[in-house]
Amino acid sequence: MIDSKIYGEYVTAWCPGCGNHDVLLALKDALARQDLEPHQFALVSGIGQAAKIVHYVRGNGFNGLHGRALPPAQALKLVNPELKVVVESGDGCTYGEGGNHLLAAIRRNLDITLIVHNNQIYGLTKGQSSPTTMTGHVTKNNPLGVFDQPFNPVAVAVTMHASFVARSFSGFKEHAAATIAAAIEHKGFSLVDMHSPCISFNKVNTFAWYKSRCKEVAHDPANWDEAMKAAMVFGEEIPIGVIYREERPSKETLLPQCRDGAMYRRPVDMDKVAAHMMSYA
Amino acid sequence: MREELHLILGGEAGQGLDTVAGLLGKAVVRSGRHLLTVQHVMSRVRGGHNNFRMRLASRPVQGPPDTFDLLAAMSRESVDLHRERLADGAVILVDGGWDMPPEPGLIGIPFAELASRPVFRNVALMGVLGAMLGIGADILRELVADNFRAKGDQIVSSNLDVLAAAMKWAADNAPSLPLPGEGDGVTRLAMDGNQALVLGALAAGVRFCGYYPMSPATSIAEGLAQVAVDLGVVVEQGEDEIAAANMALGASYGGARSIVPTSGGGFALMTEAVSLAGVMETPVVFVVAQRPGPATGLATRTEQADLELVLRAGHGEFHRAILAPATVEDCFHLTHKAFDLAEKFQGPVFILSDQYLASAVQSVEPFDLGALPPVAGPDLSDADPDAYRRYDWSAPVSPRRIPGHGRSLVLADCHEHDEKGHIIEAADIRVRMQDKRLAKLDVLRAEILPPVSTGEDDPDLLLVGWGSSGEVLREVAAVLQARGVRAASLCFTQVWPLAPETFLQRLHAAECVVAVEGNSTGQFARLLREATGFHIANSVLRYDGRALTAGYVLERLAPILEAL
Repeated sequence: MIDSKIYGEYVTAWCPGCGNHDVLLALKDALARQDLEPHQFALVSGIGQAAKIVHYVRGNGFNGLHGRALPPAQALKLVNPELKVVVESGDGCTYGEGGNHLLAAIRRNLDITLIVHNNQIYGLTKGQSSPTTMTGHVTKNNPLGVFDQPFNPVAVAVTMHASFVARSFSGFKEHAAATIAAAIEHKGFSLVDMHSPCISFNKVNTFAWYKSRCKEVAHDPANWDEAMKAAMVFGEEIPIGVIYREERPSKETLLPQCRDGAMYRRPVDMDKVAAHMMSYA
Repeated sequence: MREELHLILGGEAGQGLDTVAGLLGKAVVRSGRHLLTVQHVMSRVRGGHNNFRMRLASRPVQGPPDTFDLLAAMSRESVDLHRERLADGAVILVDGGWDMPPEPGLIGIPFAELASRPVFRNVALMGVLGAMLGIGADILRELVADNFRAKGDQIVSSNLDVLAAAMKWAADNAPSLPLPGEGDGVTRLAMDGNQALVLGALAAGVRFCGYYPMSPATSIAEGLAQVAVDLGVVVEQGEDEIAAANMALGASYGGARSIVPTSGGGFALMTEAVSLAGVMETPVVFVVAQRPGPATGLATRTEQADLELVLRAGHGEFHRAILAPATVEDCFHLTHKAFDLAEKFQGPVFILSDQYLASAVQSVEPFDLGALPPVAGPDLSDADPDAYRRYDWSAPVSPRRIPGHGRSLVLADCHEHDEKGHIIEAADIRVRMQDKRLAKLDVLRAEILPPVSTGEDDPDLLLVGWGSSGEVLREVAAVLQARGVRAASLCFTQVWPLAPETFLQRLHAAECVVAVEGNSTGQFARLLREATGFHIANSVLRYDGRALTAGYVLERLAPILEAL
């Protein structure tokens, strides 16, 4: 196992006590457990407090636009299947602005890992409701409390037979690291819905709130019916661990043109281009 | 002997006229003649009225034809719709089963006899037209056989029988309209703009195409998909245009030359990614095949009204290059060049095409692939990886390394950033990084394509156009010259950045300058004024969704010419 110091130490823009610090440690720990050197992976993110994590890990990085972490990450995997690609962003970026991209990414099933720092609030923009904010939660932009029903990313992912669906809590450091490591190791699209409390703008879903509710699941993750049952539970109890797992070939292994390694290394085959051209004669 | 022959094939969507036009065009080209086929289709899968206008000649042809020597009508409506476009003595081919009063030139094809099933009618029409044009039976037979080969020997054989019967009927019953000229034996390709564009991208080493289907750009992605496995291209349909464009940037970050084909409405959604390409300094080629707007506009028609959109798309300030092909050949060469330019200056390059050019089939000579200039690539050295800085500002263009290639770590960022790619907010770093990016304009300036110019240096009439209006202007200028008018043309195939030193003198030297554009407000004339101060007072504009033709322009030039 690599020493996680290799991923560097950076001054962050996060509040002291923010759950993101623990997610960062868990990520570094998981990368080390997977023996990934900094040049062997790329971190891809969008916009939000969580998305800044790309700047706090020594490695390759692509810090893209709000909601748009998944599209470039998937294309990167397609053109270089040898690279480990890990996507990190928050609940607003991933489940709100980028919601359609999440559905498509689950369907494409590329071998990439998505870690969503889910604090059930918008942090960077200071306290508006997010897609996972619970009904009734009073926020700055919802003085009467949120009327909308919260998005359940785990249930949606299981419904769609995402190939790896897990939930964890940044406060359980070993659980978080082990879950991320298992997600990276999994061949196929893996989602880790990582509850990571926002201490500044979410006074409801606090460390203590999650800590008292998060319980490891006991069911067989290959059992979809059991997984669905667990996925629908969120409230007084929050199931954590690997909720669902399904082994199937990831898309880049199915595309013949992706089987010869990174595409940028391939020279242009002018004879084939010429043959294509002459098909118009 | 006529120099040109103009045909129009009209009928409903779903009747397969595109197949007839495609095969017949190929047969004409294989007979050593020049070709331009222009597509006019409605945005529907069945019914309505579509038509294909073919210009056949013994010498290279330019813009779309205005009048026709033959109309092949596969629907009754087609006869009435196109009657006014027919030249004196034109032949009108109709279904012999229709109850129509006889008239000179009207010929009924006995489809009921020649085509035992409706599915054979296309091949019967092709046989009749092929025989009338005097195209060799071998050429027609080979094309029909190739077209149906995948469906099995039985189908091929039935279609060849229909072809033979139709040719025999035409030889006995239809007038001869021989192809112009003798046929020069030169091998040519029958190719539309999008197909040439795909070929240019392949020759440049395209490795990724991100797209969301939208006419008239979809055939670019489909064309790439057809050869994707063989030539090593990933063609990924995005869940929306936003995904498609952001994917292309991720692929480009990974070292893959990337292209994003779309049209105006789709491109509108991509503008955030254009800005991202600007700040990340990531090469990417966008193809915006224009169609009329606003919004959904006329989905299957043509227009040149997205110049200002493409020129300004994306928040913040950064540079871009916009290439506007005038011909099918330009689609090939400019796309090849676009990839080189995008890598050289590390940013977005646009191909601004339109529905007319995207789907217009032209005869072109095979491209000399061996003579193409090399396409710039990323820095694959991995020298001194610990010292590597993605946004090294010691020169305007920083070495672009590829993640995973070596031990160099590559950080691409959408915020303002330092040389390493980390977020910063320091005023001095911001200014220096912005200045570095803006200084890349010199890279673009060094390669600006000057406008293509015809006619005298000090003409009485100078026609100015861009993109697909170019060919038409050259034709109009030639027609006017033949009438004794000192006319000239100036056609821009690069519309940004501009190099006034290559053309401003010509604008000043002309007695009268007329801008000819496929839009309703004269966008390019406005841009020229912004860039040079030169005001073009006269314009011929077309925004009815149809391509500019020589006839259209000449008619509207008449009052201007009278005033000269």
